[in-house]
Amino acid sequence: MLPSATGDGEFHGPSINEFFPEAVLFAGSPFEINRIMLIRFLAVAVLLLVFWLGTRRMTVIPTRFQSIVELGLNFARVNIAEDILGKKDGKRFLPLITTIFFMVLFMNITGPLPFLNIAGTSVIGVPLVLAVIAYVAFIYAGVKKNPGNFFRNALFPPGVPPFLYIIVTPIEFISTFLVRPVTLTLRLLMNMIVGHLLLVLFFSATQFFFFTADGGFKLFGAGTLVFGFAFTLFEVLIALLQAYIFALLTAVYIQLALAEEH
Amino acid sequence: MFNAVIAAAAETETRNPLLPELYDIIWSGLIFVVILFFFWKLVLPRMQKLLDERAEAIEGNIAKADDAQRKAEAALEQYTAQLADARAEAGKIREVARADGQKIVAEHREQAVAEAARVTASAKVQIEAERQAAVVSLRSEVGTLAIDLASGVIGESLTDDAKASAIVDRFLADLEASEKAAK
Repeated sequence: MLPSATGDGEFHGPSINEFFPEAVLFAGSPFEINRIMLIRFLAVAVLLLVFWLGTRRMTVIPTRFQSIVELGLNFARVNIAEDILGKKDGKRFLPLITTIFFMVLFMNITGPLPFLNIAGTSVIGVPLVLAVIAYVAFIYAGVKKNPGNFFRNALFPPGVPPFLYIIVTPIEFISTFLVRPVTLTLRLLMNMIVGHLLLVLFFSATQFFFFTADGGFKLFGAGTLVFGFAFTLFEVLIALLQAYIFALLTAVYIQLALAEEH
Repeated sequence: MFNAVIAAAAETETRNPLLPELYDIIWSGLIFVVILFFFWKLVLPRMQKLLDERAEAIEGNIAKADDAQRKAEAALEQYTAQLADARAEAGKIREVARADGQKIVAEHREQAVAEAARVTASAKVQIEAERQAAVVSLRSEVGTLAIDLASGVIGESLTDDAKASAIVDRFLADLEASEKAAK
């Protein structure tokens, strides 16, 4: 996916259309498959394989590979679900939180991976679907536990003077029921889009400076290459961080919905 | 840098990345469902089972150690009890043996006493018999001797046996009488 200088001396920057590559299969149908969909399938296949193999013959004393898989699963279980929701509710929502964490993680990590070079989450589908699911999950959790309590806590926070509810309630409504899914979606999507565009920019600029630009400009290529390398590492961190944030916020929203009082 | 990104993006005919395509939503949803069921039905139960096993192993070892200690204590108690039983048994056997020994000794003593009495009695009978025999033989011999002597003294044969034995018997009777008187 690295657009490079085509040799005509002009610099071609990255374009947003990279996120809408040509269809490979079923073009125009609701099951259209393009390069990014294929990358998602690959990420999911790897995810399924890793966790299937890693949990196939689990022993009380783990092998090295099992330890790594356990480390990942324990991170989602202990550091996200149980820390935020406690043991009981953490267990209830563990499948959801684990799924969100690893789905986002495995699709994010294709961004800085060579030859894949684009995150499966850099197209709005995955962030949006996951955000909607998180939204449904926290409303379901709140309504199932105690509908009155849930909506009162969400819209009429206790401790606020009654006349302020005229202002507070619309704000709370917007922030809880409108902004949350939007921010969840956009935070992940934009991180991945911008990460990809930055990497493409650095590496295509490096290509341009090294092979097309004249004389002294070639030196800039070294700089852009170093930045490209640094941002690749940074993207790995971002991939982990965004997966963590997405799963964590889902857990936090569920916890707030379950809370007796804020 | 960012301007370049935006400028580059603006150059070509652009599509809005915020507007999802239908296929994008469909594939994302399918993938989510697959992964959710994969974790929910397969991976997390396996993990839970492992965690349970691990907890059980730790608790199991503690329980096992407790059990072993309890068993050891029970065994010790049992051995102590058996030892005490054995001691009591040995004491009883010793008592019985001592009693038996005493009985045997007493029996033997009785037997010995009876034997001794019997031997003494038979000896007495024999001595008496021998004495009687001696008295009889002595009487006849002394008679003969006395008659011979008297014959020699008188110079006449006291051949009349009937007379002679009458004399001897009288003599002896006198003798016995004098002996008795002497006593």
